[in-house]
Order: sequence, then structure tokens, then C-alpha cells
Amino acid sequence: MEVLLVSLLNGLVYGMLLFMLASGLTLIFSMMGVLNFAHASVYMLGAYFAYDISRHVGFWPALVLAPVLCGAVGALIEMYGLRRVHRNGHIAELLFTFGLAFIIDKAVQMAWGLLPVAYRVPAVLDRPLFTIYGTNFHAYRGFMLLISALMFCAIWLMLTRTRLGLVIQAALTHPEMVGALGHNVPRVFTTVFAGGSALAGLAGVIGGNYLVTEPSMAFTMGPIVFVVVVFGGLGSLAGCFIASLIMGFVQTFAVVFDVSLANVLALVGIKVTEASWFGEVLTIPLPRIGALLPYVMLVLILLFKPRGLMGTRDT
Amino acid sequence: MSESLLHTAARPVTAARAGGLLRRHWPWVAALAIALALPWLLYDWTRARHSGFGVAMLSQMGMMIIFALSYNMQMGHAGLLSFGHAVFFGLGGYCTAHLLNTIKAGGFWLPVELVPLVGGLGGLAFAIVFGYIATKQRATAFAMITLGIGELVTSCALMFKSFFGGEGGVSTNRVVGTSLFGLNYGPSIQVYYLIIVWTVIAIALMRLLTETPLGRMANACRDNFERAQFVGYDPSRVRFFQFALSGFFAGIAGGLYALTYEIVTFDTVAGGMSANALLMTFIGGVGTFAGPIVGAILIVLLQSWVSLLSNSWLVYVGVLFILMVTFAPGGIAGLVLMHQPIARSGRMGRLAAPYARMAGPGLFVAVGFVLLIELCSFLTIGASQGKTFVLAGATIDPKSPVPWAIGALLLVGGGLWLWREGRRVRAAWDAVMEEIKAAAARP
Repeated sequence: MEVLLVSLLNGLVYGMLLFMLASGLTLIFSMMGVLNFAHASVYMLGAYFAYDISRHVGFWPALVLAPVLCGAVGALIEMYGLRRVHRNGHIAELLFTFGLAFIIDKAVQMAWGLLPVAYRVPAVLDRPLFTIYGTNFHAYRGFMLLISALMFCAIWLMLTRTRLGLVIQAALTHPEMVGALGHNVPRVFTTVFAGGSALAGLAGVIGGNYLVTEPSMAFTMGPIVFVVVVFGGLGSLAGCFIASLIMGFVQTFAVVFDVSLANVLALVGIKVTEASWFGEVLTIPLPRIGALLPYVMLVLILLFKPRGLMGTRDT
Repeated sequence: MSESLLHTAARPVTAARAGGLLRRHWPWVAALAIALALPWLLYDWTRARHSGFGVAMLSQMGMMIIFALSYNMQMGHAGLLSFGHAVFFGLGGYCTAHLLNTIKAGGFWLPVELVPLVGGLGGLAFAIVFGYIATKQRATAFAMITLGIGELVTSCALMFKSFFGGEGGVSTNRVVGTSLFGLNYGPSIQVYYLIIVWTVIAIALMRLLTETPLGRMANACRDNFERAQFVGYDPSRVRFFQFALSGFFAGIAGGLYALTYEIVTFDTVAGGMSANALLMTFIGGVGTFAGPIVGAILIVLLQSWVSLLSNSWLVYVGVLFILMVTFAPGGIAGLVLMHQPIARSGRMGRLAAPYARMAGPGLFVAVGFVLLIELCSFLTIGASQGKTFVLAGATIDPKSPVPWAIGALLLVGGGLWLWREGRRVRAAWDAVMEEIKAAAARP
């Protein structure tokens, strides 16, 4: 019970962080049809920007400034890169973001070095918030939950209650029609791309000190965010939210439960040891294959339900 | 009457065919001759031995050519963008390494010359399994599944020790003493010639494959899969066969890798290697058969030469890739093909002067860009490794503003100049194209 509750809270924190990244990506993906490989790189940029800003003026300005910077980077990418490549087709756009991810990774290495930087949690939040079953719940995790919940509400209200949000929703499915009605669709695209990048930057700001700020953080986060977006389904923010939480729980619970397929087989009376056929595969404990689970999920969902959990169209 | 006519016409045709084959394929023959001769041009006569670096680089080129061409079987010929192609390269390599160990232990007999074929069969087997899953989808869903499979296999390679050997990989020994020609394959030059043979075989097979109904249908499914369905073909089955065969050739490349380096580690299946295939194929050009060959040679050159000189060679590859995607989606081969109608009409001379004028500013931009990147890299990574920036014998201090100013000036000034010259080239190009069109329209 104790383990369950603590893991549930940790899974929630991680899931909300994933959602912050995935929501921007899924909006970009469903609207422009571009799988943005550079999205996780912008997340990394957010963390590094926040590190630099918080060194000079503190964490709280960084919380605002770094996402704004990331949003600007996103707007520049869309206006001067993607729009140009657009006429060469979707594959070219995808490859463009792929190359961009490559360059941003290297640029970060050159600007901040190969080693992790000391981007720390602000002192105010560096203390336990409350204690459950003898385990401290860190105040910063509570802060992360708060920020992501606020952000979730803000996106939701923006998309459903404002004029811009309605135009964005319409442009997700019928861009030509929206253009014919007199809306500036390219500008809507830029707005969404900048907004998504800003969200990724925000995730970097609050995730960079929770996890580790290092040059490989984009590479470890990127594929998982893809899995979330595809798993949740295109064009559906709710599906993306559920998929993020599932992924958060899967990743945290996988670390906690020390079972293997051999244990499961033992319940039905089949004994498996390392020496028997496929022994190595069957006896490997769950925490060690935790890293594998997202990709199993990805392959399975694309195989059986290519639209994802709540997607409105095929990937 | 008509029959005898056909007969008399047929004989000269077959006679002319052999000559025509050579005439048509002379670039291939020339390339083969160069590949055979290159190790001797790099030969170190003073010490009477082959240049280890040169032979290693050429061997790498050979296997990467097969790898890139096999990738293009999916990307160029079937329109399938894969992010996990290295899986078949690496698994082919692992199969080969295990087989070599078995042969060495006496559990099996197979001449070394045929060992890469086993790598290919391993690649084929895994491509059948994974292809069954992946080729049910197309376009982005296919790309995502291959990404998932790639990550899956990479994680497995680090997890399961009995087949993949964990982080240390599987090491092997190619000197197993089973050869059809009595060679022992100890010196790497012997392996290089074996690689050439396999590269020629693989290129020929892949080239022939484009002429088969399967190759044609792959093109059709790429261009318009709905129409291909109407004609009565099942696009997902066409994708499956193309995918499986592509895995076979990638496996051969992996087998050659295992023979050359005698160790196979998890990064042969990892994302970096898959990205390599994508970069080589795209920079070379997906639209033509030979494009990926050019790309493979270029990338290996960058990898082995520039990586010796600079920490940041990947930045240059990335920038080259971005420029290609933005300005020349047909790759290098596409750029060359663009000039074909102009060359045929004998008007290349008109473009020579504008192109030559671009060389100066182009050089400025390149030098300025490289200088800035290197300064940046020496300020952080180089400093932590204790290296100093030495250019033409002079030590450059990356902390002083002078080199930065020079770099920025070269980049910006050269960029503006290049932009102006670029407009001139475009004007000349348009004029020439107009002339050709007018000439074609004239009766």
C-alpha cells in the first residue's frame, strides 16, 4: 500500500511532465502533419536556458523567460525553416526537424560542455512537503504538479473558450476551409509551433532540475514523448493526457515491482531457471526491462489500433 | 519474310550488346577499377606495407555502400521512411560473429568467403519477423513502428547477455582457416578485397531487383498505392517483400562489419547507425540508384578524416543535411541530374562563369562557419580535454575576440556576397532553360 501510493504520486508527477511535452507535440503533429523530432531538443534547450538564467537572476524569472525564449526559437524554426521546406513534402519536413535535432544536440554540447550542469531546485522548494507512511513527498514535486495542472487548465480553456482556440481546433482538421474563411492559417501554424515549443521549454525548466540537465536528455526523452503522442492518438488532447499518465505510471511501477515472467509461470506450476530455454528472457526482472516497455506499447498500439487510444484519424 | 528480317537483325544486336553493356556501364567499371587500385595508391612504399588507415576507410566505405543502398530499397524505391534500419545491419553482424565463433570451435564448416551470406540470412530472418509487424502500416505509422523496433532491439542488446554480450559486445576472430582460395584473411587488405567482391555482388543484385516486377511494384506503391491496389496488387505485401530483401542486404553489410572489426557491439543496432543510413542515403540522393553510393563515400570520408581533425564533425554533417533537405531534396545525385538537359544541349559553358564566381564567397562562408564552430568547440569541449587550437602552426586563443570577429566577418560578408552571386546564377540558369525550351518548341 505504501509503495503503491508513493509510486502513484511519482507516476503522476512524471506523467504530467510528459504531458507538458506531449501536448505541444500532438498539436503540432495533428495540425501540420509533421512529427517534430526537434521537440525534445527544445525541451533540452529550455532546461539549459533556465540553468543559465537562474545562475544570474534566479529561478523565478527563468520560469517565465526560458519558455518565452523557447517559444521564440520555435517560431523562428517554423517561419524560416519548416515553411520553406514545406513545398518539398512531409518527408522533407520530418527530415528537416530530424537534422535540426542533430544540430541542436551538438550545439548544446559545444555551448555547455559534455557533462551534466548543476541546475538545482530552488532553495525554497528544496524541502519535504508532507510525509506519507514515513516517506517524504518533496515540495518541488508538488510544485511541478501545480504548474502542470495550471498549464493543463490554461490550454484547455484557451482551446475551448477563446476565438484563437476555436480557429486552432478547426485548423486541426480542415486547414483549407479555415483559410477560405479568411483566417491566416500560416500564422496559426506559427502560433501553435511557438506555443508547443514554449510548453516544451517550460517542461525543460521544471524537469531539468527534477531529472538531470545533460546533453543526452533530449535523446532519452524524445522517443518516449513520441510513444505518448502516438499512443494517445492524433488530434486528441484528452488521449494525449491519458497516454501521458499511463506512461508515467508504467515507468514508475516497472521500477518498483521486482517480478519476472518466471514468477508468473511459477504461479501456474511451470518452473523456469536461467538454464532452461529462453531462460534469460523469462527470468529477467521487471525493473531491468522497464526501459523496454514504452516501445512494446508503441508497436502493439500501432499494430492493433493505428489511431491510438482516442485518435480521430490514422497516424 | 518478317521472320528472316528479325533473324538477320537479331545477330548484330547481340554482338553490339556486349559492347553496349560496357559502353553503358563504363562508370561502374571505372569505379571498380579505382576501388581495386586505391589501396596500392595509398601503399606506404617506405615501410613496404599497406596504409592501415586507408584500407580501414575503404573497407568501411564498401560496407556502408551496401548498407546505404539497402536503406534506399526502402526509402527511395518503396517510399518507406525507416528509423530502425540498423537493426538488420547489427543483427546480421551478431549472427556472423556467432557463426565465426562456432566455425572456430569446429562446430560447423563454412568458407570465410561465404560467411557474410550468413549475416544476410540473419538479417533476412529478422526482417521477416519485424517486417511482418511494420509493413502492415505505411508512411508515418511505419516510421514510428521502425523507430520503436529500433529502440526495442537496442535495449535488448544491452539486456540479454547470451546473444548480444551486453555492453562489451561479441568479439570474434576471422582467422578460422576455412577458405576456398587458401587465404587466411589475417591482413586487412585480404578482407578489403573480399568486401569489394561482396559489394559488387550486392550492388548488382540490388540493381537487378529494381528491374523485376517487385521493384516496379514497389515504385508504384510509393507513388500511388491506391492505384496499385486497383491494379490488383496488395501494397502491404509488396512492402513486406521489399522490406525483407532490404534487411537481407543490410545483414550482408553487417556480416562484412563483423569480419572487418572482429567485434560487434550494441551501437551497430542503435539509433546512431540508423541515422547514419538515413544521412548517407539522403545526402547522396534518394531519387537515383547510385545516389546512396555517393552519399556513403562522402559520409565515411567525413567520418574518418574530419573526425580526426575536429571534435564537431557531426555539426558539419548535420548542417550539410539541413542544407540538402532545404535546397536540394534530390541530394547530390539530384543536383547532378538537374544539369542533364543543359549538358545535353551543350550550354554548360554558359553556367561555368556564374558558378566560378560563387566559389570565392562560398569559400569565405565555409571558412568563417568552420572557424566559428571550432572556436566555440575549443572554448568548451576542447578546453575540458586540454587541447589547444592550432591552425597552420599558430596557436589560436579562443578567448580573444579577434578570431571570433574574423569568423563572423567572413560568414556574414561572404554570406551577403554569396546571396548576390546566387541570384546571378539563378538568372543565368533561367535564361539557359528558356533558350532550351524555345529551341525545343521550334519546329
